[in-house]
Amino acid sequence: MSLRPKLSVYWASSCGGCEIAIVNLHEKLLNLDERFELVFCPCLMDTKKAEVEAMPDASVAVTLFNGAIRTEENEEMAHLMRRKSKLLVTYGACSFQGGIPALSNFHSRHDHFRTMYGENASLANPAQVSPRTRTEVPEGALELPAFYERVKTLAQCVKVDYFIPGCPPEPHQVWNVMEGIISGRPLPPLGSVIGAGTSSVCDECERTRATKVVPRFYRTYEVAPGPDKCLLEQGIVCMGIATRDGCGAPCPKVNMPCTGCYGPPEGVRDQGAKMVAALGSILDLGEYKGTTPEELTAKVEALLASIPDQAGTYYKYGAAGSILGGKTQ
Amino acid sequence: MRRITINPITRLEGHGKIEIFLDEHGNVANTYFQVPELRGFEQFCVGRPAEDMPVITNRICGVCPEAHHMASVKALDQLFGVEPTPAAKKIRELFYMAFFVTDHITHFYALGGPDFILGPDAPPGARNLLGVVRKVGIEVGKQVIDCRARNHHVIQMLGGRGIHPVAGVPGGWSKVVSAAERAEIETIASQNVEFALFTLKIFDQIVLGNPAYLDLVMSDVYHHRTYSMGTVDEQNRLNFFEGRIRVVDPEGREFLKYEAADYARHIAERVEPWTYLKFPYLKKIGWKGFVDGPQSGVYTATPLSRLNAADRLATPLAQEQFERFYQTMGAKTIAGRHQPVHHRLATHWARLIELLYAAERMQELAGDPEITSPEIRNIPQGIVGTGVGSVEAPRGTLTHHYVSDDRAILTKVNLVVGTTNNHAAISMSIRKAAEKFVHGFNVVEEGLLNRVEMAFRLYDPCFSCATHALPGAMPLIVSVRNHEGKTLKSFRRDG
Repeated sequence: MSLRPKLSVYWASSCGGCEIAIVNLHEKLLNLDERFELVFCPCLMDTKKAEVEAMPDASVAVTLFNGAIRTEENEEMAHLMRRKSKLLVTYGACSFQGGIPALSNFHSRHDHFRTMYGENASLANPAQVSPRTRTEVPEGALELPAFYERVKTLAQCVKVDYFIPGCPPEPHQVWNVMEGIISGRPLPPLGSVIGAGTSSVCDECERTRATKVVPRFYRTYEVAPGPDKCLLEQGIVCMGIATRDGCGAPCPKVNMPCTGCYGPPEGVRDQGAKMVAALGSILDLGEYKGTTPEELTAKVEALLASIPDQAGTYYKYGAAGSILGGKTQ
Repeated sequence: MRRITINPITRLEGHGKIEIFLDEHGNVANTYFQVPELRGFEQFCVGRPAEDMPVITNRICGVCPEAHHMASVKALDQLFGVEPTPAAKKIRELFYMAFFVTDHITHFYALGGPDFILGPDAPPGARNLLGVVRKVGIEVGKQVIDCRARNHHVIQMLGGRGIHPVAGVPGGWSKVVSAAERAEIETIASQNVEFALFTLKIFDQIVLGNPAYLDLVMSDVYHHRTYSMGTVDEQNRLNFFEGRIRVVDPEGREFLKYEAADYARHIAERVEPWTYLKFPYLKKIGWKGFVDGPQSGVYTATPLSRLNAADRLATPLAQEQFERFYQTMGAKTIAGRHQPVHHRLATHWARLIELLYAAERMQELAGDPEITSPEIRNIPQGIVGTGVGSVEAPRGTLTHHYVSDDRAILTKVNLVVGTTNNHAAISMSIRKAAEKFVHGFNVVEEGLLNRVEMAFRLYDPCFSCATHALPGAMPLIVSVRNHEGKTLKSFRRDG
C-alpha cells in the first residue's frame, strides 16, 4: 500500500490543455510522482469508472477536475468524483466558470446542430442526416450520449472545495498548489480561489498607467500598441483590470490584451460587471455640460459600438458562471 | 448476432468507441468507429469578432493549439485583406517549427513509439514511456524532457504563452524577436537537429535492424491504397506552413493541386447519424463507403501521406532520409517521382523524417537576420469578409474557413481538422485489424487489442480536436455481448 496521498485528474468537456500544463511541469513531474499516487487520470492511465466507484468514499485526497459540464456523462462523473474525494478542486477555466465551451450558451442546441450538420460549407448532406442518441444499423443499435442545451460549471452541479483558475492554469501555479499541499501548511478557507493571486493582472503587468481617459476603443487588428503604456489606456480592451492575477501577465508582454482567462479578482462576483464599471471610468465623454441626456446616451452608445461583442469579450471564459448566464431560450 | 464493444476510454469517460458486429459464423460482419463528443466551435464562434479567433480556436485542442492559432491567423490575413510582413511570415514559421519538433518527439517517445521500440508483443504494462526509457536508457528519457522543455520555452517566448499562444494577428505577429532571443533559438534548433538524427538512429537500430518488426511494417494488416494529401511549395517540396494542397492517387500521380481557399470544391464531408464526427472525402470521386482504391474518395492526411504527396524535402539531411525511406520501402519510380508507400505503420518512420525537416527548417529560420526585423505587422486597411487559412497540423491538413459581415463579426465558421481527414481511414484500419484477429467467435484477445490500438496510434489521432482525449493514452476494454446486449465476456488491456 502506498502511503502517498491519492491524486486524481479528471477531464470533462475540455481541450486537454490542462493536462499539458501538468506535463509542462517538465522535470518537476518526477517530484509530483514522488509525493502523490496518481490513481485516476483517463488521459495518462487506465483506471476505469467501475474501479473508482469501488474506492471507499473520500479516499482520494485531491481531485483536480477540468473541463465544463457539457453532457449528462460529465455531470455523472462530477457526482462520482465529489463522493470519492476529500478535496474537489476545479482545475482551469472550464470547470471554474464554463470556459470557452460556455460561449455555446449564447446559442441553442438546435443552432449548433443546424450549422454543423445542415449548413456548413463543405457538407454533402442532402438528406440532412444529423447525429442521434440512438441509431438502428442493420447489425444492431448504436448509441451516442446526448448533448445538453447548456454548459454548466462544476459548482453548479456539486459542492466544490477550491477553485484553480486559468486557461490553462500556468504550470508554476499548478506547482505552487501541489507544493502547498505537500508542505502540510494549513490550507486557505474552503471555497477559496487557489493557485492565483488576489489582486488583478494589472498588478503583475509591467506597463505604466497614467490614469488618463480614452476617447474611443480600438479592436486589436486596428492598431499596433506601443510597448510601454497600459493597453487599456491605449484604447485596447484589455481585461487585466477585471481579471485575477497569478499568471504573470504574459499576454501584455507580447503586446496583446489580457482576455480574462483567470476569472474575476478576489471579492468580485462578476467579471463582466467589473469590466463595465472599469470601462465607464476610463471613457472620455468630452464636454457634457449642456448636453441633453439623449445626446449623452448617443455618445456612450457610439463609444460602446467599438466593442462589438460585449458578452463574448467580458465573459469569454465565464459565460456559464456569470450573472448574464447566456441566451434566454 | 454478437457484438464486441471496444471502448478505448470506458463508456462513461468515452471519447471514442468501436462496435464490432459478428455474423452467424462468428466472423466480422461490420465495424463502427464512433466519436461521442461534440463541443460546437463552428456555431458558438458565430457572432464573435473575427480577430478573436486565434485565441478562441486554440481551445479546440490543448495538445496542438499552435496549429489552430496559425490556421486561424492565416484565415484572418485573407478576411482582412492584408499581407503579413516578410519578417512576420518567418517568425510565424519559426514558432510553428518549434511546435512541430516538440509534438513529433512526444509522439515517438511517449505515444506511438513504444509499440515499436518495445515491440507489439511486449507486455502491455511495459509499452509506455518508462518502458522506452528502460530500453534506450535513462539519459534518453531526460533528453526527451529537455527537448520538450526547450521548445516550449521557444513557443512561450514567441507566442506569449506555452499553451494557448496569443501573438498571431492579421497582417503579422505582435512580438519582435530580439537579437539575444534569436541567438538562443538558433542554439536550440541545432540541439533539435542533433536529437532528431539521434532519434532516427534509434529507429534504425531497433526497428529497421529487426526483421520481425520490418515484417510487421510490410504486412498487409495496415495496408490501404488510398489517395494521399499534403501541402507542397512551388517545387512540390513538403511545406508544413504554406503552399498548395496536393493530392496524389494511389499510384502516385498528381490528382489535385489547389489553393486552400478552394477546399470546398475538392473536399466534401459526409454525416452519419451514429457519430458526431464527420467523414471528409474527395468530392470529385465521391463517397463509396469505407473502402480503399482509386475508385474511393477516401484519402489520408498524415506524415506518411505528406511524404507521398511531395516530390522531395527542402532541407538536405531530411532529403537524404526521404530517399532512403522510399528505397527501403521498395517504392518504384514512375514519371520521375517515387510511388507512394501505403503501409500505414511506416507513418512512424515518416514522422521522424518530418521531425528532422522541422528541426532543420527551424535552424534555417533562426539563422535568418530578417527574423529580428521590427517590421512585424501590417495593419489591415479594409475587410474582405471571407478567409480560408490552412497549415499542415502534425496530424493532417487543417483548414479554418471564416465568413464575416462588414464589421468583421463572424457569420459562418467551418473547420476541417487534422484527425477528421483520417476518420474514414482510421475506421478502415480498425476494421482490417478486427477481420484479421476475429474468426469463428474466436477473439484473439491480446492480438486484437494490441493491433487495434496500433491502428489508432499510427495515425496519432488527436481526439482533442475531434473529441478531447490525448492521443495514444488509450486503455482498451472489450466486451463480447449477445444480441440482447448482455455481456458474455469482458477483458481489458491496460495502457
